[in-house]
Amino acid sequence: MFGQGCTTVRHAVPTLESSALHLCAHAFSYRRYVPEHRHLVHQTALDARHRALGARMIPFAGWEMPVQYRGLVEEHNAVRSAAGLFDLSHMGEIFVTGPHAAAALDYALVTAPGKLAVGRAHYSMICDDSGGIIDDLIVYRLGGERYMVVPNASNAAAVAAALQERLARFDATLDDASMRTSLVAIQGPRAAAILQPFVGVDLKTIKYYSGTQTTACGVPAILARTGYTGEDGFELFVAWDDAVRVWDTLLLAGAEHGLVPAGLGARDTLRLEAGMPLYGNELDRNTTPFEAGLGRLVSFAKSGDFVGRTALERAKDHPRKTLVGLKVDGRGIARMGYPLYLPAAPDACGSITSGTASPTLGFAIAMGYVPVGRSTVDEAYEVGIRSQRASAQVVPMPFYKRPT
Amino acid sequence: MEIPENLKYSSEHEWLAPAGRTAKIGITGYAAEHIGDIVFVELPKVGTTVIAGSSFGVIEAVKSVSELFAPVSGTVVAINERVAKEPELVSADPYGDGWLIEVDMSNDGEIAALKDSAGYRDLVASLPE
Repeated sequence: MFGQGCTTVRHAVPTLESSALHLCAHAFSYRRYVPEHRHLVHQTALDARHRALGARMIPFAGWEMPVQYRGLVEEHNAVRSAAGLFDLSHMGEIFVTGPHAAAALDYALVTAPGKLAVGRAHYSMICDDSGGIIDDLIVYRLGGERYMVVPNASNAAAVAAALQERLARFDATLDDASMRTSLVAIQGPRAAAILQPFVGVDLKTIKYYSGTQTTACGVPAILARTGYTGEDGFELFVAWDDAVRVWDTLLLAGAEHGLVPAGLGARDTLRLEAGMPLYGNELDRNTTPFEAGLGRLVSFAKSGDFVGRTALERAKDHPRKTLVGLKVDGRGIARMGYPLYLPAAPDACGSITSGTASPTLGFAIAMGYVPVGRSTVDEAYEVGIRSQRASAQVVPMPFYKRPT
Repeated sequence: MEIPENLKYSSEHEWLAPAGRTAKIGITGYAAEHIGDIVFVELPKVGTTVIAGSSFGVIEAVKSVSELFAPVSGTVVAINERVAKEPELVSADPYGDGWLIEVDMSNDGEIAALKDSAGYRDLVASLPE
């Protein structure tokens, strides 16, 4: 009993995997505690709330976070059918401000944040000189000269450092507000109805991938219509301690709508169904945006140089691998690191990056990297699941798309 | 946390219910709770030899895969066919309908190496959460 998630190594004491949600070992959270390092683990402002709700807490990217409350599948289903409330205060919040903030971010990121209208946001990436992905992130244009960049928790420090360096030649300043900003997300078809009475803005005027400064539950908030679940939903960036008021208010008011607190476990299965990549799984420094199927993000058309441009121009036509979505037959789950084979081939040609039993679809899904030219829909593969092989087929992503 | 007094326990969170030469094996309530939503259970065929401390199967949950370790050595004489179809039985009733396999023990002396309920309760109490 209790082998390690991905590798089934007995008695393994998992290290604190700073990246992304390798929740494969979640159930065994108690083994992930490293007591002598406890003081290095941050707690969010909602820590006591999670514990009072009976959450199972796990170390994640340097934080103690709730992986689940009453049950992953129950929370997952609540987000698809009603709403879920997430504490995402581990995420980074980096403000870039100044007359050249737009130009600085155009230089630092692969997208063109300078083209964003005030109040709008987009998904972006920060790459290194060789075109490898340092992180994927969301950029919000809060004002003509003011942006908020939201990186993954595991990469927040690296992103802040890279941005700081890239901003040096511009009239723009960086403020890493990660440790004084909480993030509460409400996601699901009932999110707008639950949230509307408590915010100082008509939510109908907030488009998908927009954000605005307003009030929420009586406290100042940056309210954005963004998320990582494949559902409609909102993210509320508030001062550290204000998260408690937002959390309590929404949890209470949302109960009659079917809102439940949801942990990182459900967040991972929700994003996977929605075909969204996770840094550390699908994305890393050895992967270019083109290989991850996100080449559309890279704006070669923008004026001026940007970090990674030369390498990315070359990488565009020379992908080494391609990310695909897979439907896996049988009841086994293709997990991160499991090998992918062409049918009956002796040697692996790729590997799984994420996989789960899809609660919404009722079958096993996965993402993985396969050889270039072998990524068309219906292409057949086999996944090595322990000593056996399960057949799998390439399917279009996202696996799940919300009803419109 | 339910820890029945009449069972023997391994440090790997399996329970053993000896009855003469044979014994039923399952996972404990603590294990079931920590594994979460179980997707399926992979069990050996009847007639397979299992060895104390070695893997005899796997439990797949949405977010984890856990190996099952035999608390004693022997030959599998029965498997719980119901959990193959209804894996959630393992979570719902780990000591009852969620049992996993029954073995004909080759060395019942191995039972002495297992914990009684008090010993297992101490083990669980020593684990975080």
